[in-house]
Amino acid sequence: MSRKKLSRREFVAATALSSAALITAPYVRGAYAAGKLSMGFWDHWVPGANSASTELVNEWAAKEKVEVQIDYITSQGNKNLVTIAAEAQAKSGHDIFQMPTWWPQANAELLEPVNDIMEPLIKLNGDVNGTVKYLGQADGKWLGVPASVGSQIKGPCSRIDLMKKYANIDVQEMYPAGSPPKADNWTLDTFLKAAEACHKAGFPFGIGLGETSDSVDTAGAIFQSFGAQLVDAKGNLTVKTDAVRQSLDFYKKLLAFLPPDVSAWDDASNNKWLVAGKGAMIMNPPSAWAVAKRDAPQVAEQCWTHGFPAGPKGRFAPYLPFFWSIWSFSKNKEAAKSLLSFLSQPASIEKMVVASGGYDLPAYEKLTTLKVWEEIGPPKGTLYHYPNPYKHQTLSIAASPAPPKVAQQIYFQATLTKMCLRYYQGEGMEKTLAWAEGECEGFMRS
Amino acid sequence: MVDVAFQPNRTAAAQSGRRRVGLRNALRRKSMSAFLMTLPLILLIAILVIYPAIYSLHLATLNKAMTKFVGFGNFEFLFKRETFWLVVKQSCIFAISAVVFKALIGFIVAHFVHNVPANKQRKWRGMLLVPWVIPPAMSTLAWLWLFDPSYSAFNYTLSFFGIGPIPWTGDAMWARFSVILVNVWYGAPFFMIMYLAALKSVPEQLYEAAAIDGANWWQRIWYVTLPMMRNIIAITTLFSLIVTFANFDIVRILTAGGPLDHTHIFATWAFRVGIEGSDIPLGASVSLFMVPILAVAAIFILRDITKRGNES
Repeated sequence: MSRKKLSRREFVAATALSSAALITAPYVRGAYAAGKLSMGFWDHWVPGANSASTELVNEWAAKEKVEVQIDYITSQGNKNLVTIAAEAQAKSGHDIFQMPTWWPQANAELLEPVNDIMEPLIKLNGDVNGTVKYLGQADGKWLGVPASVGSQIKGPCSRIDLMKKYANIDVQEMYPAGSPPKADNWTLDTFLKAAEACHKAGFPFGIGLGETSDSVDTAGAIFQSFGAQLVDAKGNLTVKTDAVRQSLDFYKKLLAFLPPDVSAWDDASNNKWLVAGKGAMIMNPPSAWAVAKRDAPQVAEQCWTHGFPAGPKGRFAPYLPFFWSIWSFSKNKEAAKSLLSFLSQPASIEKMVVASGGYDLPAYEKLTTLKVWEEIGPPKGTLYHYPNPYKHQTLSIAASPAPPKVAQQIYFQATLTKMCLRYYQGEGMEKTLAWAEGECEGFMRS
Repeated sequence: MVDVAFQPNRTAAAQSGRRRVGLRNALRRKSMSAFLMTLPLILLIAILVIYPAIYSLHLATLNKAMTKFVGFGNFEFLFKRETFWLVVKQSCIFAISAVVFKALIGFIVAHFVHNVPANKQRKWRGMLLVPWVIPPAMSTLAWLWLFDPSYSAFNYTLSFFGIGPIPWTGDAMWARFSVILVNVWYGAPFFMIMYLAALKSVPEQLYEAAAIDGANWWQRIWYVTLPMMRNIIAITTLFSLIVTFANFDIVRILTAGGPLDHTHIFATWAFRVGIEGSDIPLGASVSLFMVPILAVAAIFILRDITKRGNES
């Protein structure tokens, strides 16, 4: 058997040829060449809304060759908050987590800055509102990308018929579909008179004064309308001010016209109040209207979502955004940023907003006039003013502008609603203020 | 000729043989096999109970940002908070009154069931255990609807008698009453079944002797039943006190601590502060505050049981 011996020259030539072939050959990516990415998304209330997110993520994953895993985590029983706390402690978990309101700030040290994607997104979609900046930025660092999914304004949802009949207010005329609001007369005084009239007629406004988010958000907007802050942006205590006193006096008057049990209301109580046809107004995103559309269509046909009444210091509406944040321990940060950028493209945002039936609100100013809010009904145009298309009210969150870590305590300890309730139940004004000041002092610990 | 040649490995072999025999003997011992059989459970408890307990102790010594050791700083902070002392007071009111009523109702119902003819007892026992076997998160939801501020079924019923509406969860006193009531409803069957077992173990001759001595119904209970049930009453009370102090689901679902924090207990306030307020070290400190209270209760109750054991 003959065996050809490889000469030195032949060996060098073969090596050079194979190296050249390898270098010049086209790069073929495998199915999941760009690695894996896991995300914990908020489990949407609206049936079918999650599927829009899933489709978008899968579309991006197929294009970028990334293996993705989505977990939809409910906020029922605060499961999402518990998961955030667990992942922050373990420094392990999802790559991306959809965090509500205060949580990017609470976990600021553990989040990857996303300035590099936020700047182009703001150029593309327009600026974001002040509350998104307040909650999403720390020391110039963006802690997450504002997610349209789940973000909401908790403005008034009024009964057209009852408001017209008993309060002599035509909410459709005040907030006409397709055109700017004519709401100069829609002030806290008008609101209080309407509350009294509807209460007398047996259809009181359904505004809670419990310790859950809906109650706190309404109180927050009313306090801000009076210019009342418990702690200012620099962290100074500002409880004992005339603005806070005025807010408490206003609430005392308002409480007399609300259902007697509002101190025990939770976030479901106002929805039930509207759907059962018991009241002329609640403060809520359109989820209550959506349930009415299914369970009590005759009520839904009479619902109109609109702006907040204005107070002496302006017109404020509670806005609660979600953020998609990337944990600093994520192993695929570049892919995560690429996905968040894709999910924040106008087409992606519109797809998610449509899937949520108009519930979700984009944070960007160029995206508040999508067709869905114009067309959805009944009645047609009921959600036209929901996304604040004419920016005639300031979107805010209760307890702001206190430093976010202090404000979070004020918010979750429901200090504002507790103050209103204490004062309403007969506690002296100064005693209530002293109590609140003591509470806020405690919230400032670092 | 030497009888025994020098064998350098012999000592080691003998030792290893002895060790094998020793191991075999150890394995043959009942206590050893019992230990080995429970080892998986001991390990599980170590992982699921001891590790989290130590971790929460560690958390309780950190500052809010969890970057600095503060020793007892969190406890010092808590001691100055008005709300904390309100929570301590409420936890004691909640746990003690709920356990007393559970014990009382359990004792009475156990007597009723004990006196039911034997062939019908199983049915009664099964029915009376229903509240205890339903997961409290589910049954409390039903109670929430019964107490609902606007649509309470109780208020609807009471309205036929011209009573109400009662603010079941909207007024501080009624809200406390409501959470205690649900806890009693849930926990009384446990007392009932334990007391029933204890009643069945009281020798019938003692009652016969008491009857011969002319003891009336009350004297039989006071001088025969209660002394014979003392240990089971103590153990059940201790166990229930621990579980009731650490309760979370009933209060969280029914009132979430409101109105004005008047139904918060340790676990619900720890959740509010630690998870919702993102102050995990303070939340851990609140929940750890239960430990000394329960430890004192446990020492007294167990000491009493041991003393009686020694006396007998």
